[in-house]
Amino acid sequence: MAAELGPRAMFVAGGTDLFPKLKRRQFEVDSLIGLDFLPRAIRNGSDECVIDAGVTLAHASHDPHLNERFSGYAEAAGHVSSPPLRNAGTIGGNLCVDTRCNYYDMTYEWRKAAGFCLKKDGDICLVAPSSPRCWAVSSSDTAPMAIALGGVVTLVGASGERELPVTALYRDDGDRYMAKQPDEVVTGLRLRRSPNTRSAYVKLRRRGSIDFPIAGAAVAVELDGDRVESCRIVLSAVASYPLEAKAAEEFLKGRRLQEDVIREAAEIASRPAKPLDNADLSHFWRKRMVRVVVEQALARASDQQPGLDG
Amino acid sequence: MRVVGKPLPKVDAAAKVTGRALYADDIALPRTLHCKILRSPHPHARILSIDTSAAKRIPGVLAVITGLDLPIKFGILPVTQDERALEHEKVRYVGDPIAAVAATEEEIAAAACDAIAVEYEVLEPVMSIEAALQTPKDERIQDYGGPNNVHKFVALEFGDVDAGFSRADHVREDVFFFQGNTHLPMEQHSAIATYVDGKVTLWSSTQVVHYVHRALSKVLELPMNRIRVIGAAHGGGFGGKTDPFAHEIIVCKLSMITGRPVKCTLTREEVFYAHRGRHPVLMWVRTGVTRDGRITAMHFRSALDGGAYGSYGVASTFYTGALQTVTYDIPAYRFEGCRVFTNKPPCGPKRGHGTPQPRFALELHLEKIAHDIGLDPVELKRRNFVQPNTRTVNWLRVTSCGLEECTDRVIDASRFHDRERRPGHGMGFAISSYLSGAGTAIYWNDMPHSEVQIKVDRGGVTAYCGAMEIGQGSDSVLATIVAEELGLQPSDIRLVTADTDTTPIDLGSYSSRVTFMAGNAALEAARKMRALLVEAVEASGRGFDDVTFEEASVLAEARFGTLTTAGSYTPPKIAGPYKGSGVGPSPAYSYSACVVDVDADARTGLIRVNKVWIAHDVGRAINPLLVEGQVEGSVYMGLGEALMEEQAFRKGLHKWPSMLEYKSPTFLDMPEVETFIVETIDPEGPYGAKEAGQGPLLPVPPAVCAAVHDALGVWIDEIPVTPEKVIEALRRKEKGEPPRYGPQRFPPIPYPPTIKVEPPPKDAAITAI
Repeated sequence: MAAELGPRAMFVAGGTDLFPKLKRRQFEVDSLIGLDFLPRAIRNGSDECVIDAGVTLAHASHDPHLNERFSGYAEAAGHVSSPPLRNAGTIGGNLCVDTRCNYYDMTYEWRKAAGFCLKKDGDICLVAPSSPRCWAVSSSDTAPMAIALGGVVTLVGASGERELPVTALYRDDGDRYMAKQPDEVVTGLRLRRSPNTRSAYVKLRRRGSIDFPIAGAAVAVELDGDRVESCRIVLSAVASYPLEAKAAEEFLKGRRLQEDVIREAAEIASRPAKPLDNADLSHFWRKRMVRVVVEQALARASDQQPGLDG
Repeated sequence: MRVVGKPLPKVDAAAKVTGRALYADDIALPRTLHCKILRSPHPHARILSIDTSAAKRIPGVLAVITGLDLPIKFGILPVTQDERALEHEKVRYVGDPIAAVAATEEEIAAAACDAIAVEYEVLEPVMSIEAALQTPKDERIQDYGGPNNVHKFVALEFGDVDAGFSRADHVREDVFFFQGNTHLPMEQHSAIATYVDGKVTLWSSTQVVHYVHRALSKVLELPMNRIRVIGAAHGGGFGGKTDPFAHEIIVCKLSMITGRPVKCTLTREEVFYAHRGRHPVLMWVRTGVTRDGRITAMHFRSALDGGAYGSYGVASTFYTGALQTVTYDIPAYRFEGCRVFTNKPPCGPKRGHGTPQPRFALELHLEKIAHDIGLDPVELKRRNFVQPNTRTVNWLRVTSCGLEECTDRVIDASRFHDRERRPGHGMGFAISSYLSGAGTAIYWNDMPHSEVQIKVDRGGVTAYCGAMEIGQGSDSVLATIVAEELGLQPSDIRLVTADTDTTPIDLGSYSSRVTFMAGNAALEAARKMRALLVEAVEASGRGFDDVTFEEASVLAEARFGTLTTAGSYTPPKIAGPYKGSGVGPSPAYSYSACVVDVDADARTGLIRVNKVWIAHDVGRAINPLLVEGQVEGSVYMGLGEALMEEQAFRKGLHKWPSMLEYKSPTFLDMPEVETFIVETIDPEGPYGAKEAGQGPLLPVPPAVCAAVHDALGVWIDEIPVTPEKVIEALRRKEKGEPPRYGPQRFPPIPYPPTIKVEPPPKDAAITAI
């Protein structure tokens, strides 16, 4: 159906981001394809977990198995928006959530007055007018955590089913931010861990609820004794895609998660983050805060007691 | 007393919380048309042409109107009649209304707006106070006012200010900025009109049915007797629904043209454009004190960014200088105020109207003086507190005053002087005062400001009053007062309110006037009714307390015929003998004191408010539950203004006209609040009551800033206190620069020569002049 209708149709799961965008005419489509018929279960294995894309964010954040074994992921899901929207919003929807920009997330009338931008109806980027691309910000809380936990999504489309690492789901382009085919639907997310994996997500936003992240750090650490065997640090809301801090990951390998090491790792992790003036508060301050959220996430991960089986 | 002073639920609580209250947007009359308004995409432009022909051809469109259909100007103040419901000559901010459509569906009306072609000559926008003081590049925004884009100057001097400074041991100057913010009511503005038998009826979400009534009469060119305005159930105003608005006039006109009901509910974005919110104000203050901290003189300057139209701006300008003297005994005082026009949505009254900005500046300024001379700020302020039953240097009459008691309550409860000393932790203290109703009406007249009628018959008691319930509890106060006098419960009293056909006048829910003024009118009417009942019962040989209310009412109706009584309230004439003295006088002032406890993170600049203690002198709490609600709501709004709310602009546009992007605190950001009600039993208030809805907001922003200074040793002299400002102030402190963030200078403003006013004689009577 999606293949037939093409760009005049969109999939809708929870609709918490989509419906307001239809009202503001950021999305202009003739048809919505509801995904309510898809299953909504969380299937737990000892070292992996498969979450159907239709599982609500509230369900994921309260699930005991996820909280115990993939605590960073449950935390990230629990930090999205507000309780009513988490009851409707799904984990698949949050993985695919549109990139954000405060020149774009406005009504049709406002955008018309400001001059349309290239993400919708226009041909320049209002944040960086000399740039040929769109700099809208990846604003998913769960995507960075899914990447840190080595997540793999199942995609179903007209040409069949395939699996894709979450990290390959995104492109460095605020406009065409997803690498999947338009007729493909994310139907599930598989997360993996070893007994020694610890994960944490720290989100920075102005208020205790509702707000999208203005910086965030998802970390998953594999420990060998008290040393880091491997780790993944993925930043939210500082680029058009979930930004993996590879240099910091390398740096941490073989080191103990002690205060000075965490501080240095956070400093390294913050270097590639380049927030622009298109989200809440100043981009200078947000850039400064990247280090803080990474530090807090690593400290949280290092403080965690090993899980029941770890 | 039987019901006064009891924490009873609001009389309209059940309807509001169960969704049964009928708001303007809920009113669905048969054949209603929907109205959409085309608004300017330019902050400043001349309109060369408007072509509505394509819009009119769209099926489902029944009428399209422009400014040519509604050319008469209006405005809330008689001196600034500068608005048109639709502008056909010039637009002055992004969002200025240009044309309106009535159509069978809202979507059709929106499409028709999009089909209207407007040709503009774009003009240079003026987006700041500094720019407004300069010569305009193209042309000025309004064609009246002072030089360049100045709207209004005020320059007044009371007592010998220079002499006061020369006898001071210490003189200090500071500059502050309070950013503009908006009311953010839950309910968007909404209005629906009908035109039947040559009469217009309008239901609207408004705070001022009477002023809307007057504006409609003027612009529609209909006598007032052919217009009826009804206040629908109200989802919050905070001052944002205190002007007559374009959409209210437009739906009436469209209904007159089409003969069908027409409704317009503003979108959230349009509410940001309707605005009339807090003025951004730049302030400069200079104060002299003696060695022991007594104020000898004060000189206060303000510059208000008014936005594109007058609105309440003249009053707002006076208010930035009026109430400084109502909390502190200032023996000599000079005030210079200036309001400028800019190409932004017009500013007006928001909770505290024109006084939270100077209160913020004044409290922080005195805090700094206390630090300069090595005195505890609480002690310095205390030494200057005004005393009850006095007149201030600018002739304001102070009667009941609970400043001392309010201060004691919060200082003791918060253990302010034994506060915990740990890095990043701090406490701040501030006080304030506010009017219990403006002493003068918006248009000059000698008539009462509020009137109440009571009818008693076999069905019970009905009270009629023009007062508008906007959530503050005005209906409950009316019902409680009438019930108290007649020996009933508030739930026994039926109310008819805010309907210009059926209720006597009340000027509206603004300036914290309703409890005091409508309350006094209700008290008079209820006491007259009680006298009739008592007389009839006693004539039958029994005592009033020995019969039921029903028996009493039967006896009285049999004896006197139709039972109606009326009461009214006119404020005493207490304004001082000078031009401009009409802004500031009030029959009574409320007082508040507040302590805020924060943790401030030196690394991130993030501030967490742990707790707020607030004491409010309400005179008498007619319903303590409602008073607490108003105080806590004020604290909430004050914290939002102090820490995040910002009506900011970028490239001539409102930066974030949406509830998600315009940051206002959520429940999770709200700290614990401990409220103390202080009762001073005002001699003129109903049962001694004063206001509670606005005053408690005022001390919150300065107390937050004082607490941040206590925590981190930096002054944030600009509201809101965002984390980036804190970080910048800390950086300056580290570099050895002055440890502050805030405006560097106050611009040179060509204020006119001050009008010198003799202060009232020391033994001035506190009764009416």
